[in-house]
Amino acid sequence: MEGTRTGYLPNGDDDRLLMLQAVGAGSVDDLFTAVPEHLLNPRLSLPAPLAEQELIAELERLAGRNRPLGGVDCFLGAGVYRRHIPAIVRATVARPEFYTAYTPYQAEASQGTLQSIFEFQSMICALTGLEVANASLYDGASAAAEAVMLAVAHTGRRRVLASADLHPETLSVIRTFASGRGVAVDTVSDCRGAVSERHACAVVAQPGFLGTVTDLAPVAEAAHSAGALAICSVDPFACVLLEPPGVLGFDIAVGDGQPLGIPPSFGGPHVGFMAVREELMRRIPGRLVGLARDLDGRRAYTLTLQAREQHIRRERATSNICTNHALTALAATVYMARMGAGGMRRVAELSVQRAHHLAGLLGACEGFALADPDRCFLWEAAVRVPGDAAGFVRAMRAEGIVAGLPLGSVDPARRDQVLVCCTETTSPAAIARYAAGAARWGAAQRRAVGAPA
Amino acid sequence: MSGDAPRAEWAGEEPLVFELSRDYTGGPREVASGVPERPLGDLLPGVRLRAEPPPIPSIAEPVLARHVGRLARRNHHLHHGIYPLGSCTMKYNPVVDEQLAGLPGFADIHPYQDEDDVQGALQVMWELERLLAELTGMARFTLQPAAGAHGEWTGLRMIQAHHASRGDRDRTRVVIPDSAHGTNPASATLAGLEVVTVRSTREGTVDVDDLRSRLDPSVAAIMLTNPNTLGVFERDILEIAEVAHRNGSLLYYDGANLNALVGVARPGDMGFDVVHLNLHKTFSTPHGGGGPGSGPVGVAEALARFLPTPIVERDGDRFRLDRDRPHSIGKVRAHHGNFGMLVRAYAYLRAYGSDIPEVARDAVLNARYLASRLGDLFPPAVPSPCMHELVVSTRGSRAPGLRALDVAKRLLDHGVYAPTTYFPTTVPEALMFEPTETESKRSLDQLADICAGIVAEAERDLAHVQAAPHTTPIRRVDEVAAARHPVLRWTAEP
Repeated sequence: MEGTRTGYLPNGDDDRLLMLQAVGAGSVDDLFTAVPEHLLNPRLSLPAPLAEQELIAELERLAGRNRPLGGVDCFLGAGVYRRHIPAIVRATVARPEFYTAYTPYQAEASQGTLQSIFEFQSMICALTGLEVANASLYDGASAAAEAVMLAVAHTGRRRVLASADLHPETLSVIRTFASGRGVAVDTVSDCRGAVSERHACAVVAQPGFLGTVTDLAPVAEAAHSAGALAICSVDPFACVLLEPPGVLGFDIAVGDGQPLGIPPSFGGPHVGFMAVREELMRRIPGRLVGLARDLDGRRAYTLTLQAREQHIRRERATSNICTNHALTALAATVYMARMGAGGMRRVAELSVQRAHHLAGLLGACEGFALADPDRCFLWEAAVRVPGDAAGFVRAMRAEGIVAGLPLGSVDPARRDQVLVCCTETTSPAAIARYAAGAARWGAAQRRAVGAPA
Repeated sequence: MSGDAPRAEWAGEEPLVFELSRDYTGGPREVASGVPERPLGDLLPGVRLRAEPPPIPSIAEPVLARHVGRLARRNHHLHHGIYPLGSCTMKYNPVVDEQLAGLPGFADIHPYQDEDDVQGALQVMWELERLLAELTGMARFTLQPAAGAHGEWTGLRMIQAHHASRGDRDRTRVVIPDSAHGTNPASATLAGLEVVTVRSTREGTVDVDDLRSRLDPSVAAIMLTNPNTLGVFERDILEIAEVAHRNGSLLYYDGANLNALVGVARPGDMGFDVVHLNLHKTFSTPHGGGGPGSGPVGVAEALARFLPTPIVERDGDRFRLDRDRPHSIGKVRAHHGNFGMLVRAYAYLRAYGSDIPEVARDAVLNARYLASRLGDLFPPAVPSPCMHELVVSTRGSRAPGLRALDVAKRLLDHGVYAPTTYFPTTVPEALMFEPTETESKRSLDQLADICAGIVAEAERDLAHVQAAPHTTPIRRVDEVAAARHPVLRWTAEP
């Protein structure tokens, strides 16, 4: 097919010929002579190339085998939340000026990315009540693990204490990080009494995985009296509603910025954040952007304190992190700038109101009740279900309701519970449908139990 | 060159969002709750609510749109000009891949949804894994790591698990060439391994004799990039693999430079046991100003049981997540990886299909051509012919005193991003160019002409080059002051 160009290659055979002549090679094969011949050009089993139209059809077919949350009533959260994303957020991250650029090594040609990261760092500090935030990390789970490693390096201690109500995936990632360095992880339900002088840190969550909130100031106090650091893994929306980790006495706050304008995307890419007290500044992993001056005295943003990083320090770096999640951090920055603290507070309050309303409706359904009625919750709670929670979720699915996370997969003792979440995208009509579905399930369970064997 | 005045669209400072508004309580119109509301104090008894809002202002959409637009114009990017950043593979990112990753069927699905509701997503992951395995000669992959460095550490953890499973617990060291990326030694440290550095020869390849002398029963792995960071293929790779395996060590492939070989030669056939890939390099997912990336790790069959959990399995037409993996090293991040990036890489691979070797062939031809055009200006760092990237030194150019940094900064004035500078650290005044296959011959000729112009200019007026850039929104930054008195966030004036 003369004239057809392969994939995204701009050069044609006429260009290639001229280039080969310039380098003094007879063919492109001659450029690969350093590779042992029997390794070259293996016979590969690869599909035929696709025209753009075919590619779109194929990927749309695959996307069509998924059931997007926009087409159902969604009550599933468990660390990944479906919140409204303002149009300007999507428009911003779709700009090639941002998505096709790379890490801003050359400050003079990267002020856009650098300033947006400086704004992100400033907002994370404002949210968490701490003094230094980095340019982002991969996700909330790895951010927590990095914070734990920071505490190990800072204290020289080889044990860490983690609250059992951390997100299970976060706990799992902390364990993987720790095992590589021979660091032991103790898990307890209440860190206050358990933190000792052998621990590098105590790590807690706000809210906990099951949506509940507790007064965490005593944990920070207990950690400090044991000479350990206090780390809080926090939902950004909890930070606009509740006293933030910095005010409660925590040394480090980490979390996932996904609720800030980033779609669920089957779990990623999201964005991790980390903020620390000033005295831990030189231990923080990842990129940091600073405000400085250029030679003419103009404001200029630049990567700074790079002596911590792998490309300078190699094996003595604070972390191996190189790439962060700048584009999703930009989404979070534009989200926060559009919403402001006021808009975010209203979103948080709306979520609380709707979740508590649903909890009230479920309380009136036969066999349904809050699993932890003595604890406060924000927009998510474990609900006890009559019968098998996984079966309840399957039954609701048939009615177009994604009813939440059955907790048996996380904790066998909670196999009769489902983690249910409401956000500003959960409509009052959907809440009514959920309650109606629960009532039908409850009645059906009674009939099943009451039926003669 | 059109004069040295700042380009109009770049001129002027852009205020921070914190300077555009001090409205911490307003915000866009929100939906009504539609449910009976109760005071927060009743719903959350005893909970300490935040008394003062955080100082994050709400910006009206027209004002924010212009702020974003002005920031955007202050970035160099791939739709503006060449981005020859060596070792980063700044190739063009197909626009269609952005559209496809944004389909609601991919972007609006939850990692904990019922498997029946995400069969398409699991199929994308399963098929992408097969394509990556085919291209690398590995048995299985994890798609979980979020970046290359994350993949390196994941791979090393699996290597440790492999040795431990054989009762071989004293392998505590990893051998890494002096020219390696900084992430290699940093990842080794994070995995609790000690780093041993091996020398390079004058040709720029691993000194095999030095390597042999460093191998003993304490060596868990040898980490190599091939082609290496000098852009040179390690021609002794088969011997290195044999030496490593005879020592009981595993061979780790840093896939940062796979763009030179994709579809043309496979790390698995060279004897590598573990491979990490950078989907944001070879497979064109965008770099996003520094992420999100994606760093899948492939392993030989013997290591497959150590892969992070879960992985996707296929039963007939059905795909499922296998979480029951007792030998797994565990999870390395939440959920299944940067799924949005996996969709883009999958789309890219399907577009090329069996044509994928053309990518490596054009990438190498472009680099070799650029090397021939730059050869008279800057001497190459090593005599060996380059593959997909080239390292030259400004030491020995016709303009004495011209430094790599000066060339880098002056290039910015011409709408060209700088190559990687001062890396590898074994080369003085290094400039590392990686043009990638998506630059046209015309674009490479322009780059070479600009470089020639800079050398000629430096011969006439070195000081002007040393003061570059002149046309960017800012001039060189006082980095020393920035590090000595770090200002890392906005604060309200007292």
